[in-house]
Amino acid sequence: MQPAIYLDNSATTPVLPGIAAVMHKMLVENYGNPSSLHGLGIAAEKALAHARRQVAGLIGARPAEIYFTSGGTEANNWAVWGISRARRRQGKHIITTAVEHSSLLAACRRLEAEGYEVTYLPVDSRGVIRPADLEAALREDTILVSVMSVNNETGALQPVGEVARLVHSKSRAVLHVDHIQGYGKIPLNCQKVGIDLLSLSAHKIHGPKGTGALYIKEGLRLEPLLVGGEQEAGRRAGTENTAGIAAFGLAAELAAAHMEERVARMREIKIELATRLLESIPGARINGPPPEEGAPHILNVSFPGVRAEVLVHMLEQRGVYVSTGSACHSRKQEASHVLKALHLERWRLEGAIRISLGALNTPDEVTPAVEAIKECVTELWAL
Amino acid sequence: MYTSLLVRYGEISLKGNNRPYFEDKLLANMRRALGDLPPRGMRKTFGRVFVDLHDDLEAVARRLQRVFGIISMSPVVTAPLELEAIKKAALAVLKVSPGTTFKVQTQRPNKRFPLTSPEVNQELGAYLLTHSQGQQVDVHHPDRVIHVEIRDEGAYIYSRIIPGPGGLPVGVTGRGLLLISGGIDSPVAGYMGMKRGLELTALHFHSFPFTSERSKEKVIDLCRVLAGYSGPFRLVVAPFTNIQKAIRQHCPEEFYVTIMRRMMFRIARAVAAKEDALAILTGESLGQVASQTLQSMAVINKVVDLPVLRPLVAWDKSEIIEVARRIGTYAISIRPYEDCCTLFVPKHPATKPPLARVEAAEKNLAVAELVEECLASLEILTVEPEDTGM
Repeated sequence: MQPAIYLDNSATTPVLPGIAAVMHKMLVENYGNPSSLHGLGIAAEKALAHARRQVAGLIGARPAEIYFTSGGTEANNWAVWGISRARRRQGKHIITTAVEHSSLLAACRRLEAEGYEVTYLPVDSRGVIRPADLEAALREDTILVSVMSVNNETGALQPVGEVARLVHSKSRAVLHVDHIQGYGKIPLNCQKVGIDLLSLSAHKIHGPKGTGALYIKEGLRLEPLLVGGEQEAGRRAGTENTAGIAAFGLAAELAAAHMEERVARMREIKIELATRLLESIPGARINGPPPEEGAPHILNVSFPGVRAEVLVHMLEQRGVYVSTGSACHSRKQEASHVLKALHLERWRLEGAIRISLGALNTPDEVTPAVEAIKECVTELWAL
Repeated sequence: MYTSLLVRYGEISLKGNNRPYFEDKLLANMRRALGDLPPRGMRKTFGRVFVDLHDDLEAVARRLQRVFGIISMSPVVTAPLELEAIKKAALAVLKVSPGTTFKVQTQRPNKRFPLTSPEVNQELGAYLLTHSQGQQVDVHHPDRVIHVEIRDEGAYIYSRIIPGPGGLPVGVTGRGLLLISGGIDSPVAGYMGMKRGLELTALHFHSFPFTSERSKEKVIDLCRVLAGYSGPFRLVVAPFTNIQKAIRQHCPEEFYVTIMRRMMFRIARAVAAKEDALAILTGESLGQVASQTLQSMAVINKVVDLPVLRPLVAWDKSEIIEVARRIGTYAISIRPYEDCCTLFVPKHPATKPPLARVEAAEKNLAVAELVEECLASLEILTVEPEDTGM
């Protein structure tokens, strides 16, 4: 079999060797507990501080505003729950979108069960919310608006700048942005844009799984989710995952240093893939925004008469890895809530595969990938 | 306190000349089931087995509850053939058995013991009443019966009766080939076959990429649960994709399922021969789906000359689910991985496929070649019991 072509980078990415080396060093040499008084503890604490600077740099945050978590899910859960508790007296209304990640939506649903009211903003056929809908939904008792920067299934970009302007000019609500898919791909400056909370994850940018962060704007009150220790300035208890955090730091630094070239390459590959798939497979349709409009690394496409999970398995036989919908819930038989929100026809829901790119993809993978998809689709059509 | 576990087996003792063979198999199966616990003595006496306990009653009993052939078990205290010792043992048993009323029931196969059974009952009853608090004798509906067996080698005193799984020891009735999908029914059919003494080989048809690698993992996990009742067995995975494609290309849609089942049975026949299996087992239940009508079963059975056992044939789905839950396969069976691609399921399957038309439809199919090709690429795995954490 030819070498694998990995096109599932929005599910997770391979850890780059240099980043894995940092982890290894943290695990076997610089293994101290940052809370320890002795030199080993201090060395680990320094590594944490360094990583905090690296992670903050990419989003225009101060290092002290970065709180490390166990990943994106914890960051999203924490933002929603933490605000619901800290702003209990101000109100019980939350606004989010119909296309958020399930870690955000599930946190909202849990609050609904407690009596909170949640408005889910609809999206247009490209998967983008309309600012006017947000404006109409904002209320006196709105405590949180949560909008993702990049949709994990379609690559649709939300107008975060416009959202921030509306939220801060028309309400007292806090703005949370799930930036997990956008980090390292879409420049976003928390200070300039006016973001209060922002979720990040390491394993989407060639760092390890099990590490993420929540940016919390200085001075913002947020109830801790995990209690029982003074780590992370007393806001997130639990011995720090020093190896994961140090690796996250390096992954962020590399993403910042190479953002321009990586993004340019990913966009080139994505547009080439989209163009050639649409040309060579009759009836193929892009789901979500037009390729040149969305995020540089995510392409969602359906082929008529083809069930996505069958295509995924056929492609894997040819060494090409893609996913159906979003990996976190692609094992459920339900169609994805994101694609449903686009009001697609049934065949497009059932046939949607997601191709997602990372820093390691190269333009010469386009031809074999397109050929493999073409072969599989043709084979399925012949049945 | 308990010195050994008294294990009773039922039907085996009725099986005439086969009895020593059945008993040896049962003992071997019991030893296997206790394999990961410290070694211990086992004695076969008078149609029962005594298993030594080392303060590990619950662990031993849990394992033996999965050994077919065992009807029930009782933890016993042994005492020398002296009334005083028997009294003390009986009091100890009474104290660990919950309840406020009791009766004593004595059996005395050892007729040299000086007291008769009713005399022992009286002596012990009186002793227990005076040496315990708040206890009463109730000969009609006691909370527990203190059983005393007076035998040549000593006295056995017990009260608790732990049910066993019943059936016959796995292996005594031969080998069966279980057709296993990832669904709810087939693992239960395998369990019922094992309960009647069958050793299994499992056969699974895998249609990658139309079913995922995870659906194969699911079948392996189901077999691991079944292996908990029988010990390790072989799982044969047969690649079925090309056959499904060929059927779709060459046969009328209404017969897809019938012809697919006939192809599966042909392959099963060949695998059974290799495995020395004497029967094919399936999880079919009469009338559950189109391929499970009598007409379909008849047409499908035509391609094999082995008995096809369908242990669930008269069961309702709810009854199957109940057993699946009890034996631990249900939670695995309902994992949401697709195990049958809709591509190969016709909209209107024939419920009464006429044999002549099915045979005519198969003329376009390279039956022998497809079967050969499949048999040439079988994957054979040995499935070990899951670690139940007991």
